[in-house]
Amino acid sequence: MQHKVIDAKNVVIRFAGDSGDGMQLTGTLFANTSAVYGNELSTFPDYPAEIRAPQGTVSGVSGFQVHIASGEVNTPGDYCDMLVAMNPAALKANAKWCKRTAIILIDKDAFTDALIEKAGFKTKNPFTELGLDECKLIIAPITTLTEESLKDSGMDKKSIDRCKNMFTLGIAYFLFDRPLDYTFEYIEKKFGKKRPEMVEPNKKVLQDGYNYAANLQMIADTYYIAPAKLKKGTYRNITGNQATAWGLMAASEKSGLPLFCGSYPITPATEILQELAIHKYLGVKTLQAEDEIAAICMAIGAAFAGNLAVTTTSGPGLSLKSEALGLAVMTELPLVVVDVQRAGPSTGIPTKTEQTDLNQALYGRNGECPIPVLASHSPSNCFDAAFNAAKIALEHMTPVILLSEGFLGNGSEPWLIPHMADYPEIKPPFATKLSEDGTFHPFERDPETLVRKWAIPGQKNFEHRVGGLEKNHTGMLSSDPANHQMMVDERRAKVQKIADFIPELQVDGPEKGKLLVVGWGGTYGHILSAVSGVREAGKTLSRAHFDYIVPVPRNTKEILESFETVLVCELNSGQFAGYLRTLFPKANIVSFGKVQGQPFLVNELVDAINKEI
Amino acid sequence: MAILSFKDFKSNQEVRWCPGCGDHAVLASLQRALPQVSKACNYVRERYVVVSGIGCSSRLPYYMNTYGFHSIHGRATAIATGIKVANPWLTVWQACGDGDALAIGGNHFIHAIRRNIDINIILFNNQIYGLTKGQYSPTSKFGAVTKTSPYGTVEHPFNPGSLVLGAKGTFFARSLDVELALNQEIMTTGALHDGTSVIEMLTNCVIFNDGVYKNISDSSVRADRTIILRHGEKMIFGKNKDKGLVLDGLDLKVVTIGQDGYTIDDILVHDAHTENAGIHMMLAEMKYPDFPVALGVIRDVKDVTYDDGVRDQVKDVTAKAKIHCMDELLNSGSTWEVK
Repeated sequence: MQHKVIDAKNVVIRFAGDSGDGMQLTGTLFANTSAVYGNELSTFPDYPAEIRAPQGTVSGVSGFQVHIASGEVNTPGDYCDMLVAMNPAALKANAKWCKRTAIILIDKDAFTDALIEKAGFKTKNPFTELGLDECKLIIAPITTLTEESLKDSGMDKKSIDRCKNMFTLGIAYFLFDRPLDYTFEYIEKKFGKKRPEMVEPNKKVLQDGYNYAANLQMIADTYYIAPAKLKKGTYRNITGNQATAWGLMAASEKSGLPLFCGSYPITPATEILQELAIHKYLGVKTLQAEDEIAAICMAIGAAFAGNLAVTTTSGPGLSLKSEALGLAVMTELPLVVVDVQRAGPSTGIPTKTEQTDLNQALYGRNGECPIPVLASHSPSNCFDAAFNAAKIALEHMTPVILLSEGFLGNGSEPWLIPHMADYPEIKPPFATKLSEDGTFHPFERDPETLVRKWAIPGQKNFEHRVGGLEKNHTGMLSSDPANHQMMVDERRAKVQKIADFIPELQVDGPEKGKLLVVGWGGTYGHILSAVSGVREAGKTLSRAHFDYIVPVPRNTKEILESFETVLVCELNSGQFAGYLRTLFPKANIVSFGKVQGQPFLVNELVDAINKEI
Repeated sequence: MAILSFKDFKSNQEVRWCPGCGDHAVLASLQRALPQVSKACNYVRERYVVVSGIGCSSRLPYYMNTYGFHSIHGRATAIATGIKVANPWLTVWQACGDGDALAIGGNHFIHAIRRNIDINIILFNNQIYGLTKGQYSPTSKFGAVTKTSPYGTVEHPFNPGSLVLGAKGTFFARSLDVELALNQEIMTTGALHDGTSVIEMLTNCVIFNDGVYKNISDSSVRADRTIILRHGEKMIFGKNKDKGLVLDGLDLKVVTIGQDGYTIDDILVHDAHTENAGIHMMLAEMKYPDFPVALGVIRDVKDVTYDDGVRDQVKDVTAKAKIHCMDELLNSGSTWEVK
């Protein structure tokens, strides 16, 4: 076979296997190697809720998609150029994501008649059955080769079998011309101290996989993806959940307040708590509570005591926290609630992504209970979004809901490391003066911002009581009808006035015209790609993305009413579209939604946009 | 430092409990205990935070001239925990009822005790939901007739003492609303205890459960039907101080000194500091008419506290840390240059 090096600008690779096959790690290592190599990239882990679902079944398949390019990358890619399928079930579950002529690498040893049948195939030829005849197949006996590679390692068979993913990664590195150094370093770091005997076997099996692909020339083509022309600076890879944790810590540093996180483990938000728990040396306190309600209440207690208080959760947890959120609104204490959204309702599909908690964030509480709502739009943007959420909470004395998504939390991308000097100070409105009667009036407000002052226990002569009962400005209980109306109005106006402190909505494209495509949250990259695609076809349209949902930026009305049609694309049945219609009844708002537990495909967005042009 | 008096702890808010409610006595006891605590520990008033949930007793923070937080039903323990972990310098008190702490807030209650976080919980136990006007609670006696159990309850009550001890509690004390001096004594001891202190106050709800403790609290019978336990003292009770507790096999037994061959030397000495919770459990579960109801500090043992654990861990990892600020963290680990 003639070996050819293809110069590709853009490649999407999907690693798939049993949930115990280590595909998440394989994909992550491939992504990190590509990042260090200098490619732009985006990743998308797609895994089942079960930690170890029945082996060899479609329900137990875990996937990790990575999109690498020498140019701009906005999404993890719709369809893949290469699929690694460690068994027939992985092939079956992922065939629908393959391009027509994709390369498919399989472990021949796992494609036995028994496993083909277990995966639910009706014939003994899964490729034809799935309509993959035009794909290029690379059939390698990965299990056998891994065993052969490590036969002298002294490892038992089970441990050797676990190294299949490293052998596979070696093949992928050859195919896409990636250096092995990063992975070698990873292996040394991971095993070096605790299990030094594992270092050499892991390196060997990776190198053997690479050599196998190189020597046998079994692969017709390899790919060269040139490094991207990135902005100068120092980069790192970051996942959305890690960036969220770090953004909160950055706000803690900028405000000078210790960070307290009360949280309860829940997919896909748990990594934020885990990440924060590592950084106690930067003044972070984490408390794994007995339940979701305790988690937010502990955070509210910490806020009362003067910390930057945070609670992290996903949709079902947010439901449980509703009553306490109302308490935070009523006591006007700063609090950041991060909701990493997942497919609902109820337990839903915990590991799949959605934007279906928007209405819950907007309205899910008793009484008139306004809360600022922000959204993160990419894995690395989670850092800024978390920082901004904390800044608003602390400076405006209010709970803030930050909506993230499973897609963002687990996804990763290279990130130009920011400098803390470029971030603004955070200045909470600490109480310094007593009222004329010599006591502290907790609900007296700044006339401009309507923000109350924050007196923290320990401050002499500022003793006061807060609570869930309605009060007047002095802090005395009040069920006076006029006072209640005034306090309700003030709490709402206080949140609306935050619009004066956030950036205006940016329009990508003409400021008025036929079509404005609107999104919020993690659909950012897909909408950006789709709009670019439609523009390449010679059409004119504009795009705007909302990072701030409550309140909306000041210029929102003017922008939305400047277009004949506003197409709102979101991963729900039109929640943001409905919200915008309520706020701006004159705008012509059309909704395009999808609720499948999966991100948008760029293609389906292009189709939806073309229908409106 | 100025010496604080009970007046310093009285707020300007009008106390709105029903006349004759047992909660008045608990409030007065706390307002008198805190000056003693302040004197003993050199505490200033701004150091105190009083937290509550929802219910009649949860109004208490409004009547205390300290920092206060009247929160939501059942969650006071979680809020108190957050306050204490955020700032361990604060001294945190919690007021809660039997429905508040043991029904809707049961989970937080047992977990605070398990963690042994240094907060002081006053559990007002009147065996009824008062603020909602008379429904049975988790401490109502089996068969209690209330608005939601017109034919009597068919469920067993919690004994708060056994719940605390079962959750590995380090401090449990009990008193009757009318025992003002004892209340102050156990509140002070509870405040000095490092860890979760649970103080059960048997309170009378004059409207919906009037007389629920009458058979032990009435002044004519109280001495014979309750026993005040003090560490290192003999377990003696009765109007004539002639009754006492002995161990009979594996059980406690009430004896009369000078009868059946029992002398003062046979009477048990209370050891609140013993690790062994078995004897504390037996004392906490004593019920009239077979036994006197135990009052006073039943258990007071030392163990590591959650807040100290958090503080020490932060100190420890900070001392070892190579990263000291966000810029260093952002640039740590795997990074690469684009030139």
